[in-house]
Parts: sequence; structure tokens; C-alpha cells
Amino acid sequence: MTSQDLWVPEPVRVLSRKQELESTWTLELEQVGKRSFLPGQFNMLYVFGVGEVPISLSGDTSLTESLVHTIRAVGPVSSQLAAMQPMAAVGLRGPFGTGWPMAAAEGSDLLLIAGGLGLAPLRPAIYHVLRNRERYGRVVLLYGTRSPDDILYRDQLEEWSRLPDFDVHITVDHAGSDWQGKVGVVPTLIPTLAFDPEDTVAMVCGPEIMMRFTASALRDAGVEDEAIYLSMERNMKCALGHCGHCQFGSTFVCKDGPVLPFSKVRGLLSLKEF
Amino acid sequence: MKNIAQIVCEHPFFEGLNSEFCDLMCGCARNVRFNPGEYLFHQGEDADYLYLVRHGQVALELAVPGKAPVSFQTLHDGDVVGVSWVLPPYHWASDARAMSLTRAIALDAHCLRKKCDEDPALGYAVMKRLLPILTSRLHATQMQILDVYGAPEQPQ
Repeated sequence: MTSQDLWVPEPVRVLSRKQELESTWTLELEQVGKRSFLPGQFNMLYVFGVGEVPISLSGDTSLTESLVHTIRAVGPVSSQLAAMQPMAAVGLRGPFGTGWPMAAAEGSDLLLIAGGLGLAPLRPAIYHVLRNRERYGRVVLLYGTRSPDDILYRDQLEEWSRLPDFDVHITVDHAGSDWQGKVGVVPTLIPTLAFDPEDTVAMVCGPEIMMRFTASALRDAGVEDEAIYLSMERNMKCALGHCGHCQFGSTFVCKDGPVLPFSKVRGLLSLKEF
Repeated sequence: MKNIAQIVCEHPFFEGLNSEFCDLMCGCARNVRFNPGEYLFHQGEDADYLYLVRHGQVALELAVPGKAPVSFQTLHDGDVVGVSWVLPPYHWASDARAMSLTRAIALDAHCLRKKCDEDPALGYAVMKRLLPILTSRLHATQMQILDVYGAPEQPQ
């Protein structure tokens, strides 16, 4: 793609649609022009005549025939996207943004920490780790969500939890008595883990408040701010760092992020929207 | 086989406690076990024990009128169940149900309070261990109240 092309949505077809949760759907889009992407990047998806929203790529980077996006229907654009049927056309720009530090984390232990729908932007990193397992030390996935009914990619989590060298811990904020798993917020799991904080890279994705509490728990456990990476979600519009909608201090989340080291954003996290 | 003094003193809650204080604690302690589904205590009852979980999983629950009980926290190996024993009028604030076979140390609250009252240094040592637990649970409750995984109020 030329830099000019990045402004123009390219029509692509929906290949398949799968319901994940009550208002969350996964769309598989056709891969036109074989765009490669990095774990953690996002695309701008355009519903013609309605609007455009940033949606993280949530599939495997090794897939060459399709692009996968998991979408929660919360507004006019995302609701229409989530309702799209196979063969419908979507406008696509991207991929944009920085990815998770997969290369820099090689040789270290990994803490992958997701909250709610934040598991979707982390999933490409998980695929990458599983495909290159020998490059990383101990790998732990912590996943927190609202209730047992809100567990995203449930079958896949069960599959991953059976892997011998991939530790999966799931917790929910509240549950009925039929739930046999953990209850409590995801940061409370961190002190229970055995890991070397000096040789650990943490990748965190979820609602901003959850990330704040999680980063705080990671710091308490001895993980350096520079080794904690957050995927920020701000009001991204142009995705190219021109419009300023997603400006976060001196950072443009769309261009400099969405994955940013905690050391760069810690002073801004408690501030209201810029 | 470990005796109760070893078990109590090796529990994470008492990590770093000097042996003299630890011996005092052991005088209040006994081993207990709860089968899956059995309740350690119910909301409103007298908070007569502090439980130190050795093995197992315990759910803290609240009864919701007309609905099934809601679990808001699970506690596991090395955790402490029950902090109401230290707060007058000493009544449990929730139910606690064993989710799996749970072995614990039960410290008699009357005995514990008496020893802490008689020896402020011991009381301070116990409070220093309880306060981080209370703070951590308060932070967790804040996150739960915020319902951070709910749909954003201003969707794009």
C-alpha cells in the first residue's frame, strides 16, 4: 500500500461471522493484497455510509487468506459491523499502530494479562508465542472478565489450559454457585504467581481502569515499568496521527501506540480524556 | 508429619512472625476440614474464628433475595478467610462455602483478641498482616463496583 492508500477504505468481503458472547461477534474478512500485520495492531473498519471504527486484529498473523476481528456491538458503527453477514462489503484501512514487543520479549518470561474483550488484541500474541514457544521462558495468561457467561474464546482458553507449557488462569468478578473457578479481579492473581520479576515482560490489555490496577500490582511484584506494556484505546479517527483525536499527552495512540510501555503513560492514566 | 505449631508458623499469613508470637498464636489454633459445599460460616453469625487456608478453595458469597447466591471472591491455599473477627460487633459480613475439600487452621477469635489486647506488640504484628489483606480486598471491590467490563457509556 502507498501512504496515500492508507486514507482510502478498501472494500473487502465478510467471509464468516461467529457469535462469541451476547453482543460480541467475530468477523473473518477476506485478505486482499496479503497485508501482513503484527500482533497488537488494528484496522479501521468502515461501514459504508455510517462510519468508521478502529478494531484490533484478533487472528493469527500466519493466516494468509483472512483477517479476523472480534467486535462488540456498542454503538451505531460497531452494531452494524457485528451484524454483517457473509458476502457483505466492509471498508478496510490498515493495519495501523505498534504491536506487542514480541521480539524484545524473547528469552524472558511472559505475563499476558487480559480483561474482558481485551483478550482479542492479545490473541495474536498468544498465537505467536505458541508457534514460537521455544523463544520464551515461562508463559502465563491471566484472564479476568465480568462473569462466567462473559468468557471470550472459552473453547480456546480450555484448549490452551491443557497445554503443558502454557499456564492459564481465569477469574471472574462475580459468579453463581455453579462456577467452580476463581472469583475476584484479575490483579489479585498476580501475587499468587511464581515468576522472576526482573526477567518478565508483561503485556496487558483491557479497560483502562483494569490496566491501572494491574500495572500497580505488577509494580508491587517488582516488574519494572519499562517491562509492562499496555494496549491503550482512545478515540482514534484518522489512524495516521493527523487528526489529533487520540492524542494522549505527547503521544498519538493510533500512530505511537496502541501498545505503549507503562513508563510512557503512567502519569497520564488517571487523567480524564484529553 | 508436621505439628500444628509448624503448620501455623509456616502459613503465609504468619511469615516473618517471631517464634514467641507464633507460639502464642498456636495456643488458639486447631485443624479443621470442610467438605465441598459445606459452609465455614454464614452472614450475621458470630465471627468466632480466623481461618488460614492450607489447601482448598473457599467462595465468599452474598445471599440475594429471590436469586441464587452470588460469589464475589474465592480464596485459596495460603489465604485468610474472615476478617470480621477483629471488627466489633464481630459478625460475619458474608457466607463462606468450601468449593472443594478444604483444610484450614481455625484460630479462636476470643483467644486471639485476648492475646492481642494483652500484648500490643503481638496485636500490632497481627494488624500489620491483616491491613494489606483488607486494602487489597477494598481495591478489588472498587474494581468490581465499577463494572469495568461492562459496555462503555459513550460508544464510538
